[in-house]
Amino acid sequence: MTVAKNKSKWSQNRFAQASLLCAAVAVALTLAGATLQARPAIRNPEHAFAPVLSEDFQQSLSRANRQLQELAEAVDGQLAPAADNLLIARRLSLALVGSGMSLEEMRALEDIPRDQQITWFTSYLVNDRRWADYFAERFSRAFVGTNDGAFLLFRKRKFNTWLADQLDQGTSYAEIVREMISAQGLWTDKPQVNFITATMDESSNGRADPVRLAGRTSRAFLAQRIDCLQCHDDFLGQLNFGDEQDVVSGRQEHFHRLAAFYAEAALPKMPLRGITDDGQAYEVELLSKPGKQTLTPDVPFAKSILNNEGSRRQQLAAWVTHPENRAFARSVVNRTWALMFGRPLVSPVDSIPLDDSVPPVLDTLATDFSQHDYDLRRLIYLIAETDAFRRSSRADFEITLAHEECWAVFPITQLRPEQVVGSVFQASKLTALDSSSSILTRLKIFGDTRSFLKRFGDRGDDEFDSDSVTIAQRLLLMNGNLVTEQTKVDLVNNASSRIAALVPDPAQAIELAFLCALNRRPSEIESLQFVDYLKDKRGDARSQALGDIYWAMINSTEFSWNH
Amino acid sequence: MNNPRESGCAAYVEMNRRRWLGTLGTGIGTAWLTPFAEQLSRAAESKRDRPKSLLMIWLQGGPSQLETFDPHPGTLIGGDVKGIATSIPGIQIADTLPAVAQQLEHVSLVRSLISKEGDHERATYHLKTGWRPEPTIVHPAIGSIVCHHTKDNLEIPRHISILPTQWPARAGYLGPSFDAFQIGDPADPIPNLTRRVSETQLQQRAGPLLGALEHEFQRGRIADLDQSRTLHRTATTNALRMMSSQQLDAFDIQQESHALQADFGDHAFGRGCLAAIRLLEAGVRCVEVELSGWDSHINNHEIQSIKTSILDRALASTLVELRRREMFDQTVVFCGGEFGRTPTINPAGGRDHWPHGFSALLAGGKLRRGYVHGSTAANPDLTLLKSQRERAIDPSRLAEKLVSVPDLHATLLHALDIDYTAELVTPIGRPLKWSDGTHVTQLLQG
Repeated sequence: MTVAKNKSKWSQNRFAQASLLCAAVAVALTLAGATLQARPAIRNPEHAFAPVLSEDFQQSLSRANRQLQELAEAVDGQLAPAADNLLIARRLSLALVGSGMSLEEMRALEDIPRDQQITWFTSYLVNDRRWADYFAERFSRAFVGTNDGAFLLFRKRKFNTWLADQLDQGTSYAEIVREMISAQGLWTDKPQVNFITATMDESSNGRADPVRLAGRTSRAFLAQRIDCLQCHDDFLGQLNFGDEQDVVSGRQEHFHRLAAFYAEAALPKMPLRGITDDGQAYEVELLSKPGKQTLTPDVPFAKSILNNEGSRRQQLAAWVTHPENRAFARSVVNRTWALMFGRPLVSPVDSIPLDDSVPPVLDTLATDFSQHDYDLRRLIYLIAETDAFRRSSRADFEITLAHEECWAVFPITQLRPEQVVGSVFQASKLTALDSSSSILTRLKIFGDTRSFLKRFGDRGDDEFDSDSVTIAQRLLLMNGNLVTEQTKVDLVNNASSRIAALVPDPAQAIELAFLCALNRRPSEIESLQFVDYLKDKRGDARSQALGDIYWAMINSTEFSWNH
Repeated sequence: MNNPRESGCAAYVEMNRRRWLGTLGTGIGTAWLTPFAEQLSRAAESKRDRPKSLLMIWLQGGPSQLETFDPHPGTLIGGDVKGIATSIPGIQIADTLPAVAQQLEHVSLVRSLISKEGDHERATYHLKTGWRPEPTIVHPAIGSIVCHHTKDNLEIPRHISILPTQWPARAGYLGPSFDAFQIGDPADPIPNLTRRVSETQLQQRAGPLLGALEHEFQRGRIADLDQSRTLHRTATTNALRMMSSQQLDAFDIQQESHALQADFGDHAFGRGCLAAIRLLEAGVRCVEVELSGWDSHINNHEIQSIKTSILDRALASTLVELRRREMFDQTVVFCGGEFGRTPTINPAGGRDHWPHGFSALLAGGKLRRGYVHGSTAANPDLTLLKSQRERAIDPSRLAEKLVSVPDLHATLLHALDIDYTAELVTPIGRPLKWSDGTHVTQLLQG
């Protein structure tokens, strides 16, 4: 009996081992197949030019350009000339997918007639899934922040994926926001619910935090920084909810009545139902009144467009996204502008006065946005087509801060950390790093990016505030693993080595290296100097020399700054 | 003997350094001292004349006050810990910290800290900055404030975080240049400080190649691009200067005797504490050394005992060594975590998060010696504790002489000779004090 049992156990073990081996081989073959899969050529997006051809688009664009030109009167109408198309395309690539362009993309771009290149490239990018993923991450920071949130209750990746899906599918931005504010259910099943559960923690006793949600709602959706009203009335004269004729300064009650919309959002005792509305009233102690007050929900401005249909959160969602609520469209225009230019039209990005003391171009873009079903892609096209976006950051007159402030020149802004690391990866490859890249490549980039960002630092929720380089960041780019790996002699993985091996002419090799890393061609002086460095070198020495040039480009100001 | 540093030829290093810094062809913008001149200036600056520095011994995860500085042995909440006599007559701390117990006459203990944050990330922010997290502004950690108040000609960073895990000290609205420079175990090389190519190759890269690109980028753009906007080239120059600085020796604990290294313990945290002393001695203004892993929701006693066994010798040796090097009066020491742990023990033998009465050790600077501030109830009304989930806890019924986190920060800043009531206009246009607390006079020397 014992022998039989042992034999049976032995054959079971053998079977298990064989199964594991087969599974491992299958995974390896799948990965190898995915890696070796031929990369499809860049395809022209369908109807690439349709969005910009309509009459109303051109009208909005003309108005925006006229208003931008009027702003430049502050500097006597001194305007920088138009930038080179490759440079504008680099700005678009950084803004919309978070990295510089690949050589493959530049070649495709240069096949398009010159006057259509930027529109074509905008269309190519906003129809690429990379755009949806990248913008989702950026907007997510405003919606739910960068904190890890409560364990199990908050699933940030699910939320970001849901948001990216909505952007990819072209869902109206207003609809996306309505979903977040009013959704009910489980945060795993309905990822938009994570907007609510992001404010819950161990001590919140199963209830959403109305105060944090009110702050998020006012900043992210309305560009109103009213958080200080949580504790006291506005005594700095910074918050005005009325207009010139009827000034209504911010009061503590304004904040808490807004918070009251969220008071009933909670997890019921019955499991697996997720967030529901249980009708709980909102209680708070106000400085102006003794004892606890029960506050009914109300909005701080534009009260006439608030209606009482649906749950409290549905009422709030309808009010926030109402076409007559100008603050809503302005807030997303300002954030999108900031993503494309590196700085917002009105600073800080989430604080826009309710009155007319803002650049008129903000309202032109906001009106177009709200009149076209809050179509984020159309807004991006519109901004990308403006003269301001296409101006150079250099000019033949002396550029001052005033020129940048009125958009007479393209502003020089520091790349955000994720743009730096994305550009390092892209610079070291000849083809675009996108969904058709091999799974192994994407996995490696994912891991390396996390490790890089941990050391480089992350800007957190507010991405448009900081322009500062630290010694630690410089050391990381000069001596860190990432740049060392991307610039070493490696014929398989690194563009520098491949160019060195495949392009015998030094001038051509230098031009390709510049295109890959800086997305431009070298100047005459640069070409002379770098060709001189490369010539007469053979084999690994040539690869290494081009690696040196790559290192210098990645460590230059130009690489780390949008311009 | 091939290494010129090992052969004692310091001049070689300096000549090389100057030579290739010179090849950058970039305006440095800020004057810097040669090490020799700096040594002269440092010699003139006696240790007592220096601005005060800060040593943050950060216990990430929430150390249990009951298993460290505030034991209640033999009570319903005491757990398995025992008390041990200290060098302050009549005062006991947990028997898990015997070496620290002998140093207590030199420090202050606060046993009545209270906070309103029970989540690790938010509570860490609160303890490190003195402010609760706010959505519109990021406050600076106390080490960044200290650095903001002094100007030094150091070639190494003035704010350093050793063994950071998730949330190292950040400078918030003061800007990333006041962020802590992060390093790991001092036994390992400092991250990214070693050039990855030959010196000649680095000279080529950082010299003519980079110089040509910088020159081209500047052309036609905003005037004085580096100084008025990017500071990119300045940061590059400073990073290169740091790579070959003699002041890097301050990171090297191998220059201390084996006996002293052994006193701190053969572990990363002990080495971190010893490196911190060397760095502070070299002029660094704030060093944070982290010992993480205190989050004992399960098997509290076992976890806390493991951590205190590491903390005990390292902390005690730090206090001894600071005095031996005559640095104690000029260094403010904080040792604590983001919150404490519940008086009750849960069914898994763990203690959960507890911000309603926890402990920290303060020492040095203007802080009082041999003093214990506040106390927690040895036999609290356990029905009060059960209401934790309902946010109804009144800390004043569980502890005496309460010290809020803002008050703790005000006290530390005061002990560092920093006027915490001074206001700075933040980038959002809102004037803010360095701390909105009030210093606790009993914790300061008379």
